[in-house]
Amino acid sequence: MDSATSSSDPHSRLPATVIRSVKILVAGHFGAGKTTLVGSVSEIPPLRTEEPITRVSIGVDDLAGLPAKKATTVAMDFGRRTFGSTALYLFGTPGQERFAPVWDDLSRGALGALVLVDTRRLDASFGILSAVEARGLPYAVAVNEFDDAPHHPPPEIREALDLAPATPLIRCDARDMPSSVHALITLVAHLSQPSGAPQ
Amino acid sequence: MTAGRDTGLVRAYVKAGGRLSASRWIDLASLVVAAGGHHPNLGPEQRQIMALLGTRGALSVAEVAAHLELPPSVAKILTADLMDLGCLAAPAPHNAPATDVLEEVLRGLRNLIV
Repeated sequence: MDSATSSSDPHSRLPATVIRSVKILVAGHFGAGKTTLVGSVSEIPPLRTEEPITRVSIGVDDLAGLPAKKATTVAMDFGRRTFGSTALYLFGTPGQERFAPVWDDLSRGALGALVLVDTRRLDASFGILSAVEARGLPYAVAVNEFDDAPHHPPPEIREALDLAPATPLIRCDARDMPSSVHALITLVAHLSQPSGAPQ
Repeated sequence: MTAGRDTGLVRAYVKAGGRLSASRWIDLASLVVAAGGHHPNLGPEQRQIMALLGTRGALSVAEVAAHLELPPSVAKILTADLMDLGCLAAPAPHNAPATDVLEEVLRGLRNLIV
């Protein structure tokens, strides 16, 4: 176990060796397994923040003369893993990709995104992929293998999601630490290649 | 749904001293650590942050927000203020040889599953 995890400190403060941090987004539609993956990799119990926001409706709602504001809360789960001088933060993005300011804020400075996909709901991933691409984030796609999910061959998934040839596509079990870590390795290795660098 | 103002938003706005953005660029993943500076007129949330980070090591702004149940936007504003006041700082670099951050993360991840 990592030295960063201390049972005597309920807040798991970082050791003095850690002087920098990076973040990776774990994106996916509701129920795709984001929080599960964050939890299986994190060295601390996953944490949650809640941002009260006012969603200003535009377009149709305004034209219809409906109330334009609706108060709501955007919840975000995250975890941490420490390697030497670096703390890696994994932020589960809010499933509601319509909360653009929250996505903008999370994406700024992020290394990239691991997009979790559930083959039972491939169509639900389009909005997530668009949100990631719109922010210029390099990404890898991980198919979270639910027990009752249909097994499509990778080329079919690639085609269904319209992935670029260079975009890594892997399978993972978000409940399984080595499997989740392997998915992250695939993403970080992709980021390390010149072609995987942010645009 | 109650009519009128949303109390959650109002509370967050008040905690942030009536401001909507931080005085400096700060990220949810930014690390902050106590800098030794003291200020006599801190607000209750700022005192909570200093108590959390008082003596033992750094945390990210996101962890500060989660532990103190502050909205992330408010935690950013308050930690930025505390940095301006010299109460908090980014962790100081140490003498260890600098390594490429992606390399360090990749190596660390690989070490988890060998």
